Amino acid sequence: MSTNTSGGRIAPRRTGGIPYYLIVPAVIALLLGLGYPLVWQFITAFQDYGLAQQFGKPPEWVGFDNFANLVWDGEFWAVLGRSLLFCVVTAFSTVVIGVLLALLMNAVGKAARLILQISMLLAWAMPVAAATTVFIWLFDRRRGVVNYLLDMLPGVDMNRYDWLGNPLTFFMVASILIVWMSVPFVAFAVYAGLTQVSDEVMEAAQIDGANAWQRFWRIIGPIIRPVLSIVLLLQLIWDLRVFAQITLLKDAGSKSGDFDLLGTYIYKLGASANDFGMASAVSIVVLIITLAISWVYVRDLIKEDEGR
Amino acid sequence: MTIKLGRVLLTVLAIVLSIVWAFPVYWMVNSAFISNAVLQQFTPHFFPGEDFTTSNFAGAISDGSFFGALGMSVSITLIVVFFCLIFAFLGAVAISRFKFRGRKTFVLALLLIQMLPAEGLFIAQYKMMSSVGLLNSIVGVSVIYIAAVIPFTIWMLRGFVAGVPAELEEAAMVDGLSRFQAFMRITFPLLAPGLVASGVYAFLQAWNEFTVAVVLLPAEAAQTLPLWLRGFVQASATRETDWGQVMAASTIVAVPVIIFFLLVQGRMTSGIVGGAVKG
Repeated sequence: MSTNTSGGRIAPRRTGGIPYYLIVPAVIALLLGLGYPLVWQFITAFQDYGLAQQFGKPPEWVGFDNFANLVWDGEFWAVLGRSLLFCVVTAFSTVVIGVLLALLMNAVGKAARLILQISMLLAWAMPVAAATTVFIWLFDRRRGVVNYLLDMLPGVDMNRYDWLGNPLTFFMVASILIVWMSVPFVAFAVYAGLTQVSDEVMEAAQIDGANAWQRFWRIIGPIIRPVLSIVLLLQLIWDLRVFAQITLLKDAGSKSGDFDLLGTYIYKLGASANDFGMASAVSIVVLIITLAISWVYVRDLIKEDEGR
Repeated sequence: MTIKLGRVLLTVLAIVLSIVWAFPVYWMVNSAFISNAVLQQFTPHFFPGEDFTTSNFAGAISDGSFFGALGMSVSITLIVVFFCLIFAFLGAVAISRFKFRGRKTFVLALLLIQMLPAEGLFIAQYKMMSSVGLLNSIVGVSVIYIAAVIPFTIWMLRGFVAGVPAELEEAAMVDGLSRFQAFMRITFPLLAPGLVASGVYAFLQAWNEFTVAVVLLPAEAAQTLPLWLRGFVQASATRETDWGQVMAASTIVAVPVIIFFLLVQGRMTSGIVGGAVKG
């Protein structure tokens, strides 16, 4: 991409209202699809908005009651804790595995690298609904190939093991699925960073007596650090939004609340229980967490934008 | 000697990992071509071999809801791609060719909006659409998708527009073209690859979207392809699953996506990680 071309805007002469006219359609679309719901949600989070309001009763202002209810709600804390833990474990696993794969791509010959890249692209390209469905089949209790292969290991009895039946293994499957889907992006981004490390520098370091470990930390590390921090932030944000995967895995497994993460929990509060006040309050918690994590990423992108 | 051995080991490792990563996709396609009777045997079949059959595809499509879902997905995707390209193109020109008051705020808002999770807004979007009678409608879900996809498409196109030096346009203006003519004759043709990449990005987002679709398209008659696929998963919890058919359904949903994805992958990576990777 042409991130380092001078490009340049045309000097601000006689522009008048043109740029404003240009952004009007996008702004209207954003206000309609996101702005209005966002405002509605902020208002509703401070209202008692339940089933009665569905049938026309005006909602009542209740101040911070919905949030106070959340603070005293054991299930909310359980879901929040589970979601954050799931998010952090999955995001870090993704980044570590992604970096290792990028290093491997960098170390092997052209042919092996191409094969690795093609299979990564296949995994990356899979639509989330299809990928989750395939994983349900892979981990199927009766005829899943995972149980079959594990069962072949000596001393392991995994015949008919019900992966989706208890929360721990359920979230393990979800995590493996998400790591599988997300590692390719990390691997490609980091690999692109690694190609910036010139062979001459590495050779010079080697001649000067730096071992592989030192070369990794002293030369490669600083060069790929900006990419690493961005992909880690993005993974943290993306691994909070796993509604699709969790919903489909729950479809195939258990409906119990022990398998909920924030997305499915909000859906249950809103669409199933019709408690829109509470659903809005939890949504706002999710938005705040996301914005807090994104801020760092957005600040970096803005800096880059100004630097062009 | 040790260096060579190390290299061989790394190559073997790379091949093994390639197999691991490609396996789920392979397994989907493999199972799609094997009849359910064979899939229900204790020993998995790693190749279709003699059991090769295309009946799963016929079976998956024959339940009647497929063509309705295909129609929904195609209509929504076309609407989203069309409007996103126009709106995002105009927006990208504004932020990369003009300095104007509020530009920085606009860019900042775009980047923040792009991070918002669907899960944090879908209940409000559900209420909004149900209050205007647009649940289960193509229009309702398209409005939400367009808003969700626009920020990143503007950001992506901005890079392409800025990549065409403004000096080219200015030269054309010196030669007597108006600014608008100069833009349309000089810059616009150079943007074609960017428009294709952005269009494919919008296509992938709209075609694959699941979360908002679950909320805004609850009726079975209004389902898109990912929701159609979900129907198979939901059915699997209650009755004996025809995995051959389910994998055929997954294959149908996934294959067009994989093909389009391979076309634009590079552009998307660099768009997302921005200047962190200098290309």
